[in-house]
Amino acid sequence: MSTVAQTRLPRVSPRRRRADTIARGVVLAFTLIAVVPLVLILYFLIKEGLGAWSGDFFTTDPTGRFLGDPGGIRSAILGTIEMVALASVIAVPVGVGVALYLVEYGKVSRFANVVRYFVDVMTGVPSVVFGLFVYIVLVVTKVAGTFAAWKGSVALALLMLPVVTRSAEVVLNLVPNSLREAALALGAPRWKVVFRIVLPTALPGIVTGSLLAVARAAGETAPLLFTAAFVLGANADLSQRMNSLPLQIFNDVGQAQDRLVQRAWGAALTLVLMVLVLTLIARLIQRRSKLAA
Amino acid sequence: MTPNDQRATPLDAPPDIESQMPDAAPDRASQDAPVGATAREIAVSTDRRPVPSELTARAVRLKNVNAYYGDTHAIKGVSLDYAPNQVTAMIGPSGCGKSTLVRCINRMHEEIPGARAEGEVLLDDLDVNGSNVDVVAVRRAIGMVFQKPNPFPTMSIFDNVAAGLRLSGLRGVDMRERVERSLVGAGLWDEVKDRLSQPGVGLSGGQQQRLCIARTIAVEPDVILMDEPCSALDPIATLKIEDLIQELKERYTIVIVTHNMQQAARVADTTAFMLMGELVEHAPTDKIFSNPGDSRTEEYVTGKFG
Repeated sequence: MSTVAQTRLPRVSPRRRRADTIARGVVLAFTLIAVVPLVLILYFLIKEGLGAWSGDFFTTDPTGRFLGDPGGIRSAILGTIEMVALASVIAVPVGVGVALYLVEYGKVSRFANVVRYFVDVMTGVPSVVFGLFVYIVLVVTKVAGTFAAWKGSVALALLMLPVVTRSAEVVLNLVPNSLREAALALGAPRWKVVFRIVLPTALPGIVTGSLLAVARAAGETAPLLFTAAFVLGANADLSQRMNSLPLQIFNDVGQAQDRLVQRAWGAALTLVLMVLVLTLIARLIQRRSKLAA
Repeated sequence: MTPNDQRATPLDAPPDIESQMPDAAPDRASQDAPVGATAREIAVSTDRRPVPSELTARAVRLKNVNAYYGDTHAIKGVSLDYAPNQVTAMIGPSGCGKSTLVRCINRMHEEIPGARAEGEVLLDDLDVNGSNVDVVAVRRAIGMVFQKPNPFPTMSIFDNVAAGLRLSGLRGVDMRERVERSLVGAGLWDEVKDRLSQPGVGLSGGQQQRLCIARTIAVEPDVILMDEPCSALDPIATLKIEDLIQELKERYTIVIVTHNMQQAARVADTTAFMLMGELVEHAPTDKIFSNPGDSRTEEYVTGKFG
């Protein structure tokens, strides 16, 4: 039986074999081309950045002195954490709320589709536009002073909002309808179905999506440039100007002194590590999620 | 359960569900209040101790029910009586509307976008579609078990059974006692009593389905709708569920949708045959399978189509 089948099936032609080899080679080459810059970025980041790291680097503020000790990046790290935290407090609840509305209530209504469309558009808006928007609305108009950390947070929150909404919507859609039906059939009111069944089921995915949005916001320079501005010292007062890692890097790279450029590398490595940790946490939570996508 | 024990709770009141149905009183015939006023007083009975001889479930009567999905007319003027404490099987080929009809009884049909239903669905004397009837109260009184076992994935076995009570806001219930009683009632207690805190989704398919039945009876409904409850289960698990149905009918009115005619013959007191959205015949199960009144029923049960 098998011999009959073998004799009747033609062998793979040498031409097809060749085509296969070439195709594999081309795809592999493109992959390598894509990987090279990534590896180079990490290489330079670690090579230049580690040199800048020291105990003082993390525990002192930038001095701003042209000569002598330039200081560390403590205020930048604290500022980034403070502003991103406030931005998350604004963007995550609102974003999840919008997603809940879209999935559980709006569904395919005209309004929901319009909202969905705008969320998609907002995802593609360049971050500098959010900065400009907050600059015009909150800074130029001198709402509670000019530059302030909370205005930077608002800009970051606007940037995070569509990302949080989109990812939460995807995860909420993954919650099987049978669970909603089961709860409704037990006599649960809709809001309880949403908050006691749908949300807990989707929670790991929502947390993952939100963490990725946080990671993205942490690295943004443009929204902070004209909102939180730049300042040397660390502070906990969100109504004042505030330093941040991206702005510290932005400022230092432009300086003529090697020590300051070196500090930019160190700050960049710090920022990348912070984002990496967030991404890893997001991955871990996703892996534990019960909703295998 | 004497008439004196019975108090009415308005549907939209905070769910202190200690009360019984007002119309369970013996002088049912003398109730001449308007339907709306009566309907406001549906409540879920709770204090059902397992003393079968004294207990009577409620009847469900459908009067000229029509259901639509958008422009599709899925149920065409069905009138059907489900007798209390009886198992009624719904049979018919795929797409004949038996699931849709059952979902009209506890108003789950309207959860589907674009779907609507007309006609009267009477739970004893109360129209569940009445304008001031709370859909939540309807679903507490008419429980449902679905085709695929659907325990809540974030909850333990215990919490799954307690979910109905918690979600529907029942208070003043001894949760442990009720969960145990429900699991015993669903024939699952001995298998899970040592691992109540483990996730409900860790159980086998048949156990999950019995967990879903326990979850449904924990709310102590009057009627249990089962939409092909065994179609995702193996024969042994199916047999367990069928045995369970026989026990459950002592306390509940049961409607079971099934594709399996042997199953209908095994569990049902009466059987209704549907075809293309219409009710063809509803008769004692023996009669449906041995001496049906309609030639289409005969063709279906003898396997000529469907």
